[in-house]
Amino acid sequence: MKQYTNIIAAYAIMILLIIMVGILQSWSIALSILNYCLISAVMTMGANIQWGYAGLINFGIMGYTALGGLAVVLVSVAPVPEAWEAGGFNMIICLLIIVTIVFSIKYISKKIQSSKKKNFSIACIIILGLILLRFVSGPAIESIEAVDPAKTGFLGGLGMPILFSWIIGGLFAAGVAFVIGKIALGLRADYLAIATLLIAEIIVSIIKHEDWLARGVKNVIGLKRPVPYEIDLQNTPWFIELVEKFNKGKLSIINSMTERQDTLNQLIIEASSVYVKLCMAGLFLSVVIVLLILTQKALYSPWGRKMRAIRDNEIAASAMGKNVVKEHLLIFILGSAIVGIAGAMMVTNDGLFTPGSYRPMRYTFVIWVMVIVGGTGNNFGSILGGFVVWFLWVEAAPIALFLINLFTSHLPETNALKIHLIESAPYFRFLMIGIGLLIIMRYRPQGILPEKIIKQ
Amino acid sequence: MDILNAIIVLLNYTIIPALSYGSQLALGAIFVTLVYGVLRFANFATGDMMSFGTMVAVLFTYYFQSIGINFGILPTALLTIPFAILIMILYMLTIDKFVFSYYRIKKSPPVQLAMVSVGVMFVTQAIIRIIIGPFDRRFLDGEKFILKAIEFKEMTGLSEGLTIKSTQLITIVVTIIVVSIMFWFLNKTKTGTSMRAYSDNEDLALLSGIDPKKVVMITWMIAGVLATVGGVLYGLDKSYKPFVYFNNMLPIFAAAIVGGIGNPFGAFLGGYVIAFAEILITYAYKRFFTYLLPENLEPDSLLQLLSTDYKFAVSFSILVIVLLFRPSGIFKGKTL
Repeated sequence: MKQYTNIIAAYAIMILLIIMVGILQSWSIALSILNYCLISAVMTMGANIQWGYAGLINFGIMGYTALGGLAVVLVSVAPVPEAWEAGGFNMIICLLIIVTIVFSIKYISKKIQSSKKKNFSIACIIILGLILLRFVSGPAIESIEAVDPAKTGFLGGLGMPILFSWIIGGLFAAGVAFVIGKIALGLRADYLAIATLLIAEIIVSIIKHEDWLARGVKNVIGLKRPVPYEIDLQNTPWFIELVEKFNKGKLSIINSMTERQDTLNQLIIEASSVYVKLCMAGLFLSVVIVLLILTQKALYSPWGRKMRAIRDNEIAASAMGKNVVKEHLLIFILGSAIVGIAGAMMVTNDGLFTPGSYRPMRYTFVIWVMVIVGGTGNNFGSILGGFVVWFLWVEAAPIALFLINLFTSHLPETNALKIHLIESAPYFRFLMIGIGLLIIMRYRPQGILPEKIIKQ
Repeated sequence: MDILNAIIVLLNYTIIPALSYGSQLALGAIFVTLVYGVLRFANFATGDMMSFGTMVAVLFTYYFQSIGINFGILPTALLTIPFAILIMILYMLTIDKFVFSYYRIKKSPPVQLAMVSVGVMFVTQAIIRIIIGPFDRRFLDGEKFILKAIEFKEMTGLSEGLTIKSTQLITIVVTIIVVSIMFWFLNKTKTGTSMRAYSDNEDLALLSGIDPKKVVMITWMIAGVLATVGGVLYGLDKSYKPFVYFNNMLPIFAAAIVGGIGNPFGAFLGGYVIAFAEILITYAYKRFFTYLLPENLEPDSLLQLLSTDYKFAVSFSILVIVLLFRPSGIFKGKTL
């Protein structure tokens, strides 16, 4: 039990902080922080599998998150039949062309031995393929994007339930991770970081600018939800009764009938948003718990020990007959898939897909800070890291504002410095995160909850 | 005549912009490569350090303008560069003392130092935004154009105009000066040689009596010069916006790796490789070919290989291709 006291204490403090936000600010804010904390926790678990278990540094988290989001659009949005009529056939042909290119490159790289010939023919195939692709897709893309551009202008999705897209998001990310892993995993650690960062940037720029796929920077709004809508809830009898029951004391004080009805309506509107967020939190929590069980099991299985051996000494592990390349690829794919799931969850939570918002700052570096702060190699730690850092990220501005007011209280309201500081309060979040990361790296490099090695 | 027109079109829209953009990238890439070669880590704070130097220059420019100092037809910002460099170097040395030196002495793995540089990136970004805010600023004054399109047309009688912005010429000239001084320093002076020795083999360099503290300090000083000059030139040419500077880190990294990380000359050329690739691949060649081809063969489409949206993606794809076929970069840098 003693070994768990740290974990329990850390989580208790975290939950207390969120409850404090609920009491001081509002329950709706507290719950949306909680939801994002849970999503961040899933992302950090993905990054932790790669970094903590295997020592692979993946700065491409942004790309997989975006892919997860793309999956939500492609799975859950209803298809646009006009667009399919206009250019669907050509797009399918394009897909076939891409598949042919990939397979012919594979065939050539296996069959032709001379490296000069090989490179030359691969380059030829790629260039010819790209010209062909442009020729086939150009008019199709134009006609697809011309279909009611204000509302659709894209092929649409499959119209399936949105929860299904979480799995597809994971699969998307896994597929892309396979390709990236094949390209980049041979690189040394810091090269790998840069390469994955730049490749993720390529993925996001494709999603941003291929409007026929998911409307690009025009965004997709009004996605389906796995939980009820607030408006529906506000008109459901059982929900109204529930709210009434909860607030009996508050309502009974009010005498006037109309006033009472008004207060009740207000309460119902508030409660409906809280209820929806609670449902989301339940869904996210179940994903976190399932992943936690799986990753914990994996960590202490023979496979997990093998991964740690590879991480700690690659050469020795490969001398013992472990296939380092294969294991690295596998864990790269697994971690990325988890990040993809998190990306899908995030878009589900927001109800909209905004490719323009995928920026390396928010979706790569902050996630990495979470992993480092929480504790590399420890799943409980990485979840905690997600909670702590996300909480700081959101609450940094109010905290900074409070501190600024405290330290400049002797200055008059019109003081230029004070006004300037108050205006730039939102940017203190970068300062807090940065200093937090530097302090942790210096004095507790293993993170808040360090990795535990169970001797067997 | 048509051939001349075609050449002017190409010069005006691709070669001159690529040369100036390439110079800006090259300065940043040499900065990355120096830090990587001597201090042995990938510095993720590159973009924000350049941004910091530029911010100081912008503030000094505003100050100079307010007290009425200007640089004639040249932008005032050029006058402020030495002051900005001084403050930049001070900032870098402070960071090195409080953050990086601990890990260097402990001989931490490069990945840890890279992670630490992410922390520095956050802090620098916060400082910049708190001091100057996240907004877009133009701080160019003095003459805007050296050659205007209309003047050129009148001068030569061609139907295509050639515009040369003063910032483009300044960028190229300043880059040539700074880079040649730097290469002279690295190759001919004793300190430069000791820096290269330290970068090549640390233990051997220490054995032969090279002072590591001095090498590190000189490296940060050169880095400060490169970061500030590169940042100010970019800001003069386009505009100063902290977020854009952070994003510029990515093509700069691409340039450094394409050129062969750890190899300053490679990084210098890598900057131009990336810039030319970005601009040549995303340029619409329609006008160029309209001049060259006979009238009945005139192209209908834009003749653009990729839309300009994919500017960054192009440079990153080049990086991926280089990593695939020549992981040590075009000009043999450190081996992986």
